[in-house]
Amino acid sequence: MKEMNDAIFEPERYELFAAPRYLFEMDRREFFKSLGGGLVIALIIKDSIAQESGGGRAGRPQAPQEISAWLRIAKDNTVTVYTGKVEFGQNIRTSLAQAVSDELRTPMSNIQLVMGDTDLTPFDVGTFGSLTTPVMSEQLRKASAAAREFLIDLAVEAMKADRASFTVADGKIIHTAANRSLTFGHLIGDQMITKAIATNVATTPADRWTVAGRSAPKVDGRAFVTGKHKYTSDLKLEGMLYGKVLRPPALGATLATCDVKEAQSASGVTVVRDGDFIGVAATAPHTAERALALIRAEWKLTPQPSRKEIFDYLKKHPAKSMEGRRPAEPFKKGNLEEGLAAADKKLEASYTINYIAHVPLEPRAALAHWQGDKLTVWTATQRPFGVRSEIAQAFRIPDSQVRVIVPDTGSGYGGKHTGETAIEAARLARAAGKPVKLVWTREEEFTWAYFRPAGVIDIASGVSRDGMITAWEFHNYNAGASAIRPLYDITNQKIEFHASDSPLRQGSYRALAATANHFAREMHIDELSRALGLDPLEFRYRNLKDARLRAVLAAAAETFGWAKRKSSQGRGFGIAGGMEKGSYVAMCAEVAVSSGRVKVVRVTAAFECGAVVNPDGLKNQIEGSIVMGLGGALFEAIDFENGKILNPRLSRYRVPRFSDTPAIETVLVDRKDLPSSGAGETPIVALAPAVGSAIFDATGIRLRSLPMVPNGSVSSR
Amino acid sequence: MAKIEINVRVNGVEHRAEVEPRLLLVHFLRESLRLTGTHIGCDTSHCGACTVVIDGRAVKSCTMFAAQVDGREILTVEGLERDGKLHPLQEGFFQEHGLQCGYCTPGMLMTGYAFLNGNTAPTEDEIRHAISGNLCRCTGYVNIVKAYQYAAARLREGGV
Repeated sequence: MKEMNDAIFEPERYELFAAPRYLFEMDRREFFKSLGGGLVIALIIKDSIAQESGGGRAGRPQAPQEISAWLRIAKDNTVTVYTGKVEFGQNIRTSLAQAVSDELRTPMSNIQLVMGDTDLTPFDVGTFGSLTTPVMSEQLRKASAAAREFLIDLAVEAMKADRASFTVADGKIIHTAANRSLTFGHLIGDQMITKAIATNVATTPADRWTVAGRSAPKVDGRAFVTGKHKYTSDLKLEGMLYGKVLRPPALGATLATCDVKEAQSASGVTVVRDGDFIGVAATAPHTAERALALIRAEWKLTPQPSRKEIFDYLKKHPAKSMEGRRPAEPFKKGNLEEGLAAADKKLEASYTINYIAHVPLEPRAALAHWQGDKLTVWTATQRPFGVRSEIAQAFRIPDSQVRVIVPDTGSGYGGKHTGETAIEAARLARAAGKPVKLVWTREEEFTWAYFRPAGVIDIASGVSRDGMITAWEFHNYNAGASAIRPLYDITNQKIEFHASDSPLRQGSYRALAATANHFAREMHIDELSRALGLDPLEFRYRNLKDARLRAVLAAAAETFGWAKRKSSQGRGFGIAGGMEKGSYVAMCAEVAVSSGRVKVVRVTAAFECGAVVNPDGLKNQIEGSIVMGLGGALFEAIDFENGKILNPRLSRYRVPRFSDTPAIETVLVDRKDLPSSGAGETPIVALAPAVGSAIFDATGIRLRSLPMVPNGSVSSR
Repeated sequence: MAKIEINVRVNGVEHRAEVEPRLLLVHFLRESLRLTGTHIGCDTSHCGACTVVIDGRAVKSCTMFAAQVDGREILTVEGLERDGKLHPLQEGFFQEHGLQCGYCTPGMLMTGYAFLNGNTAPTEDEIRHAISGNLCRCTGYVNIVKAYQYAAARLREGGV
């Protein structure tokens, strides 16, 4: 996997920083026995690839054996898969079931997935980094293939027949010549069989997939369209209380004085003050709100940098602590000075990126229930095991006393890695002696979660008259290092990431810094091509050997009609492309600018992520990336001043709506000869530079800051 | 605080309840009636996840008090399915991949229900306009339009 080899150049991916400390205990015999036995396959990952690939955990001791997933086939032919991955709307519950169905040659309807339950599923580092499809899906295929082969072994024994005379289809082992078939369940009977398998199991190549590779409707889709699905925020336990937390007036504020007497005297209200944490639990949401309003607290505020000075601040304030981060060594190739000296034209430009919020439609939520010293928390997090550790640390109890369960969640986009809501709910529940549910408001979500990092990217480049890039110097301050290196063939390069001291809490976001790095790089490439009077696509081809990127650029240009475009004042076209997490994307955009108002009219995306697993699911991810990407490209920005978020609501923080959506065409480049890579993130990276280049094409104005038109208009900047 | 008595029909079932004057309709539906398919996404009427149909009109249930629905008829997402048969809109969202995380879906369905009741042959522009008050963060909206069109076609054929 390319991005893993490149990880050394990507010291700062803004994924989680803490190392998982827990090694899962092997013996699950008792548990599966209690379910009635069956065939249980445990997949051992000796190379530990799933654990290491999230980034940033160098030096973690290798576990002797780690289990990636279990697969259980029961007497009634049902197949249950246990995986620590979680469903956030990426539809992996569906795509993983497709993989199992394919290998086990058994219908989708026989398969169910138990996901993200720390008591029932093996350890998993988290659902992020577009790793479910390339890693977990492949591992489930291996477990399924091993199960299938073992079932054939059982059939060989039962029928005393030659192994080659058996085929597997529709959940049965079939002996064609004898016109006889045995169901999986029949072969297993009342036995309890456990098998641990290693990763060297042959799986079905993509060109022979029969279930994967085709669109499948969302598993459990009926529950979602009927309102029956229970998100964390919908759960209710007997005797449950509703929690609220008193938030400081600004980030970084500390509690000076606090009077909770009046709130405490309200009936049915539990008040907790523990350090700077103040919260209440009450029998109804509005009772909790009223009790919270009765608390008199004074906070000590500290002066903090504001948005107006943020870019200057990030450049001048290197990160104080590199804890959990790899040291950032600059990448160097060739000789930059020579490259610049050889250039016929030189260009220096600075690009800036504002903080933005994830805005998952379901705000953070948790339901905590203590039974003695054992805590169960239902919560929406992309890292159930990481959050379990966070909770255990907060309460100074062993991980084994905490169970985290993640119901299928109302989206996250990288914004739900952390467990603060779970810890708050658990703290309140501990004091109240009853289960407590805590659901954050939209304003809390906008203020107390974390943001995609702001950043500054400075590029200095040189190019020869015949259109070859001779020098490329790229400095990224704080935005992050994902996809920081170009795929262009540039002889002389210097690329450096500089971690900064961020005034706002920052973390993962769909595609991480790949969006910022592609924005700066591809906008700069567009600038260079125009400085030379070359077609932006032709200029890219001259500097690009990478066949996969060239292929998506060509596919996007062809479908879009790039060669036939007719730019005019107020009508412009742009193209951009790139690679992240092993997937390749190119986009063409058409914009209309009228009286300064920018409207993205049309976007064509070509995408290649190896063998396609679920075409409709993939298209949805690409279309979703385009629309989500429009927000960060055009108008989303967190505004903040001295520790206060100034636009913590949807009326003041605009996210894309139907009316913003362009006509979208997607081209899937299906490479059945290549392993599938993840696709939930990468499509977003090409949108901003394609649109930005189109705006320039239409207006002659180069917008180098994301978002590009915060007020909707080029001239109003 | 003095409670107010309301009589309201929800998904065809009569409910009599004593509610606090400040209780929002969305909380009444979710907490009192346990109809949790109606979601809360923003508290400020911008996201549309809480949309329900009141006397045939789509209303964001976070903008009304429970006390205001006395004597009225409410339809929530739980009431769309009839005798185990999905409404064409529900089928449309399922068949056309109109949902990913699904959190916005009930609001989209209820907005669509009221909209298609008055117009079973909408143009794409009309659909986009109708749903512009509902946010979806996952799908890119393309398949939501298709889901509406699927349902409109079914309704024209007299599917329901």
